[in-house]
Amino acid sequence: MAYSLIGKDFTPPDVRAKVTGKAKYAEDFRVEGMVFVKLLLSPMPNAKVRKIDTAEALKMKGVVGILLPEDVPSFPFPRDPILSMEPKYVGQPILAIAAEDESTAAEALEKIKIEYEPLPFTVDPLQSLYPGGPDAYPDVNVGVRGIPEAKKIKWTAKDFADAGDTKLPMGQPLAEWTVGDLDKGFGEAQLVMDETFVTASNSHHSMEPRSAMAYWQNGKCYFHVSTQSQSYPLPLYAELIGVAPKDLVMISEFCGGGFGSKGSAYVVATIPAHLSKKINRPCMMRLTRAEEYFLGSRRTGIQGRIKIGFRKDGRITAADIYVVQQNGATEGFPDFRNVGAALSLVYQPMNMRWRGISVFTNLPLSTAQRGPGQNQLACMMEPLLDKAARELKLDRLAIRSINAPTTGSKSEERQTPVSSAYISEALMASAAKFGWDEKKKLSGQRKGSKVTGIGVGRAYHPAGSSGFDGLLVIRPDGKIHIHTGIGNLGTYSYAATSRVAAEILGCNWDNVVLERGRTDNNLPWNNGQFGSNTSFTMSRTNYVAAMDAKQKLQEIAAQTLGGKPEDYVVADEKVTAKSDAAKSMTFADAAKKAIELGGKYSGKEIAPELNDLTKRSVEALAGSGLIGVAKDTIPMKDHVPAMAAAFMHIELDVETGKWQILDYVATADCGTVLHPKGLASQIRGGGVMGIGMAGLERVVYDPQNGLPANVGFYQSKPPSYLDVPSEMQVGWVDKPDPQNPVGVKGIGEPLMGCAASALLSAISDALGGHYFNRTPVMPDMIVNAAAKRPQSHKVLAVNTQ
Amino acid sequence: MKDMMPKFDLFQPADIETALKLLDKYGAKAWKMAGGQDSLDWFKDRAKRPDAVIDLSGIEALKGIRETAAGLEIGAMTTLAEIAANPIVKEKFGLLATAAGRVASPQIRTVGTIGGNVSQDARCWYYRSGLDCYRAGGNTCYAGTPQGMNREHCLFGASRCVAVTPSDTAPVMVALEAEFVIRSSKGERVLPADKYFIGPAVNITHMTVLEPGDILMTIRIPSKWAGAKFYYEKVADRNTWDFPLVNVASAMKVKADGVIEDIRIVCGAVECVPRRLNAVEDIVKGSPQNEDTATLAASSAARGAAPLNFNHFKIPLMENLVKRAIRDS
Repeated sequence: MAYSLIGKDFTPPDVRAKVTGKAKYAEDFRVEGMVFVKLLLSPMPNAKVRKIDTAEALKMKGVVGILLPEDVPSFPFPRDPILSMEPKYVGQPILAIAAEDESTAAEALEKIKIEYEPLPFTVDPLQSLYPGGPDAYPDVNVGVRGIPEAKKIKWTAKDFADAGDTKLPMGQPLAEWTVGDLDKGFGEAQLVMDETFVTASNSHHSMEPRSAMAYWQNGKCYFHVSTQSQSYPLPLYAELIGVAPKDLVMISEFCGGGFGSKGSAYVVATIPAHLSKKINRPCMMRLTRAEEYFLGSRRTGIQGRIKIGFRKDGRITAADIYVVQQNGATEGFPDFRNVGAALSLVYQPMNMRWRGISVFTNLPLSTAQRGPGQNQLACMMEPLLDKAARELKLDRLAIRSINAPTTGSKSEERQTPVSSAYISEALMASAAKFGWDEKKKLSGQRKGSKVTGIGVGRAYHPAGSSGFDGLLVIRPDGKIHIHTGIGNLGTYSYAATSRVAAEILGCNWDNVVLERGRTDNNLPWNNGQFGSNTSFTMSRTNYVAAMDAKQKLQEIAAQTLGGKPEDYVVADEKVTAKSDAAKSMTFADAAKKAIELGGKYSGKEIAPELNDLTKRSVEALAGSGLIGVAKDTIPMKDHVPAMAAAFMHIELDVETGKWQILDYVATADCGTVLHPKGLASQIRGGGVMGIGMAGLERVVYDPQNGLPANVGFYQSKPPSYLDVPSEMQVGWVDKPDPQNPVGVKGIGEPLMGCAASALLSAISDALGGHYFNRTPVMPDMIVNAAAKRPQSHKVLAVNTQ
Repeated sequence: MKDMMPKFDLFQPADIETALKLLDKYGAKAWKMAGGQDSLDWFKDRAKRPDAVIDLSGIEALKGIRETAAGLEIGAMTTLAEIAANPIVKEKFGLLATAAGRVASPQIRTVGTIGGNVSQDARCWYYRSGLDCYRAGGNTCYAGTPQGMNREHCLFGASRCVAVTPSDTAPVMVALEAEFVIRSSKGERVLPADKYFIGPAVNITHMTVLEPGDILMTIRIPSKWAGAKFYYEKVADRNTWDFPLVNVASAMKVKADGVIEDIRIVCGAVECVPRRLNAVEDIVKGSPQNEDTATLAASSAARGAAPLNFNHFKIPLMENLVKRAIRDS
C-alpha cells in the first residue's frame, strides 16, 4: 500500500533539542528551595540494621532532613522495598538524607552510625538450592513477580551428586510445561545433545543514570523522572508515592536510555517524593554511575541445561530445557519463562518440556533487559545449532531453516499461532547481502595468528500488545494535536507511531502537534515503552483514534452539508462529498462545528470503555476541538513475533584472544516499516549492545563478600567505538503483519540477540568448533581455549566473567 | 559512596619551588595531581582524602619534549597525546609513541600525563572499592584468597598484595633504560626506571619510590635504543579505554645477518612492577630473529609464574606476546 507518511524518514521533533543540548532531562530541572538527596546504601549483602544514629549528621549545617524506612509505605514481598532495615544486597538503600547541596549530603551520610547484624548470603542460585545452603530470606528462597507465592525449595544432595560438576542438577522446578511426547521425540532423534550453559546478568548501562526530582504544590505531586514510559507507570508511581493518579504530574520529556530498566515504575525514584512530602522542600536525587549498578537493575543471569534431539536432516524432534534464574533479592523478571517460550517459538521443537526455577539471591534487582530470556536463549541456541550442524554434517543455514517458524506456526504451552513470521526470509536476505556462500568458505582459514570465523545469529521477542487508548484533537485553528502517552525512550517511535494517525487522516505532518512529555498534557492510557511493543501497539491506538476522528468528521459534514456520513471522504485536511467537491469542510471548520455540537464530537460525552486516565484527559480537553478517541479493540488472537537474523565475519587472533568484526549484516522481520532511519538506528544500536553482551561486558561479584567488581564503565566494559564495526549493513523484510491495521510490528529486542548470538557463533567457528556454553566469552577464555588450557571458572559458576 | 568529592584545599603553583614548599608544608596530607585522571577517581570515591591537592599543571618547566646530547628529555607533565604525536618520539622511540597512544581513551590521553601514567596507583578492584586491604594500610588481601576474583592480578612477585602495574608506558621506560629525575626540597636525584617502580615486598602502599615531598620532574630516554627494532602490544578486553590484561614492550638490535645482538623486553600487568624478562633476553641474544627463536624464548617468558584462581590465561598470553615481540618486531 502506498503511504505518504508511513515508511518515510522524517525529523522527530525532539532531535534538535538533543543535539543542541537544550533538552532537559530529569536532573536538569531546578525549582525554588530545592535540596539534594543522597542515599545510604548497604555495605553488606544480607544484614539486619540494629541501630541507626543520625544525631551527628542532622546537626550538620545544610542538612535539612532524613527519610528512614519507617517513613515510607511498605509493600508485600517480593516487591522491591523503597528503603529497608533488612538490606538484601550490597547497595540497597537504607535511608536518604537531604541537604542544601550534594557535597553536604554526602558528608552527612558518613556521619551516620549504623550497626549491622550480618547474615549468611548467596550470590549463586545453586548454593541456595543445595540442602543447608545459604538463602536470601529465612523462609523462602524461590519466587519471582507474577508467581503468587514465594516458597522454599531445596533440591536433594542426590540431585547435585547425579549431575556432577559439569552438568546442571535438575531438582524440583518452580514451574513447568510440556507439549507433545518427549520420549517419542528423543526416540526419533539421530543426534541427542545434553548441554549446560551459563549467561551473565549484565547491567543495562543506560547513558543517563536514573534521576528524580519531586515537589508538592496544592495537593499535587510534581515528579520529574527518568523513564522509558509515560502513561503506563503513572498509576504505579501514584501507588508507590501514595497519591491519587489524578494528583500526580509526571514529567519526562526525555530519557537517556533505559533498555528495560526504566520501563515500569522503579521504587528508588519515589524517594525524593516521599522526602519532599516530609520536609516540604523540593527534592532532587541524582544517582551516580556507581549507584546505577546497584539500583539500575540488571539482566537476569541464567544457569541452564538442554537435552535436545535432532533428526538426520536437522529437524529438532525433542527439546527438554531446564532454566535456573538468578532472580536477585526482590521482584525479578520472568526471563526463565521467556527462555522456554522463545525456544518453543524460534526452534519449533516437535516435542518439548520447559522447567524452571527462580531463586532469590543477594544481588541487586533484576528486571527486563532488551530481550529478557529471549536473548540469553539466542546466545545459547545459535552456537548449539552450529555444533549440531557440524555433527550432522549439515549446512548451518539449512539447520536453521528446517526448524524455523512460519506464519501460523504454534508455540508454547497454549500453542498459540503466530500472526506473521518471516525469520527465514530475514535469514536469506542477510545471507545474500553477506555473501554467505563465499564467506562460509573462509571459515577457519588461518593467516598468521588470525583465524576467520563466520557466525550466524537470530533472535526473537514478542512484538505487540492491545487494549490501550488513542487520543487526538483537531483544533479550530486546523492543527491536529496527537496525544501520545508511550514515553520517549530515545527510539523516536513515539513520533513514528503518531504518524499513523496523521496518515489515516490524510494530514500534513507540519500541521501536527505532538502532545507528550508530561501527564498533565492530557495523555491517553498507553502501554509502556518496553517489550518491543511500541510500534505495533501505538500504531493501533493512533489508528483507532484517527478512525474515530474520521467518522466524526464525516458525521459533522453530513449534518452540516447534507447527505450521509459515508458520502464523504477525509483527505488533505478536509472532509469532502464524494460526488461534489464543492461540498467540503476544512478540518478547522469541522473542529469549530464539533465544539458547537458538543457531545461525543467535542469530548463532552466520554465512551465508557476508555481507561480512567484517558477519560480524565478527554474531560480536560472537552470543548477544545473535534476529539478523536477510542480504545483499541481491533482483534488480536494470535501471537505477534519480532525476529531478526544476522551474520558476522570476524578475524580472531588465537595468540591474544582478541577478535575484530570485519562485516556485520542484520535483517529485521518487523512488518511494515514505519520509520526507516529509526529502524536502521535500532539495528545498529542493538548490534552494538549484542556485541557487548556476547564478548565484552564484565559481570563479576566476589562470592566472599557479595561485592560487585564492576561499578564503572571502565570496569564493566560496554563496547567502545573501536570494538564494533564502523559500518553495519542493515535491512528488513517489510512484509505486513495482519493484526496491525498498517502491518507494523515491533523490533527493538531481537536486534541485540541476533548480534550477540552471531558473535558467539563466529568465535566458536574461528576456534574450529569450540563451544563455550557461556555468555560473555571474554578474551581470557579465548586465550585459554586456543592454548587448550582449562578455563578458570567452573562450568556452573556465576558472576565470574 | 561514590562520585562525590570531599572538600580539600586546591593549590595551583606556577613554579617548582612553590610546589616543593607546599609539599613540605602538608607532608603526607598533600596530594600531587598531574592530569588528574587517577586522582579524581580516588577523590570521587572518597577513598583518598588529602587536605591539600597540589595541581602541577601550571608549572611550565614540567612540560615538553626536548632533544639533548644524551637523548630525549620528557617533562613529567607532558600529555600522553603530545608524546604519541611527537615526530621525534615517533622517529627515534616509536615504542613510546605507540604505548602512549594506547593508554585509555583519546579524552584521557589529552589530559593525562606521562608522569601520571607511570606513577598511577594499582587498579585492583578490591583496593579501588575502598576496602581496608594491605595496600590501603589494612591487614588483609581480598584478591589473593581462594575465592578472590583476580583475573587482572599478578603472576609474579605477590607479597601479601597481588595487584599489578596497570601502566601502558611503564614497561617502555624499563625497556628503553629511561632515567627518572626526581626533585624534593633536599635536591635532585636520578633513578633508572627499574628502580623507580617498587613492589609490595618493598613498600606495600606505594608503587613508586616517590615520597611525599618528591616531584617527578623529567624522564630521560637515552639515545642507546634510538631507532632500534621495537615491539609494543597491549591486550585488553576493549580496544580503547581499558587497562592491559598483559602488555609487552621490547627494543631489539638486530645485525645485518639477522642475528639478535641486544634486546630488552618487559611485560606489564603481570607483576606489581614492570617485569623485565632477563631469561628471554639471554635466550635470544646471539640467535637469529625468527619463529624458532621466538618460540623458544616464549617458552621461558612466564617461567616461575604463580597464577591465582582466575588469571592463568596470562601465562599463554604472556608467552604469545613475547613470541610476537621477538618474531614480529
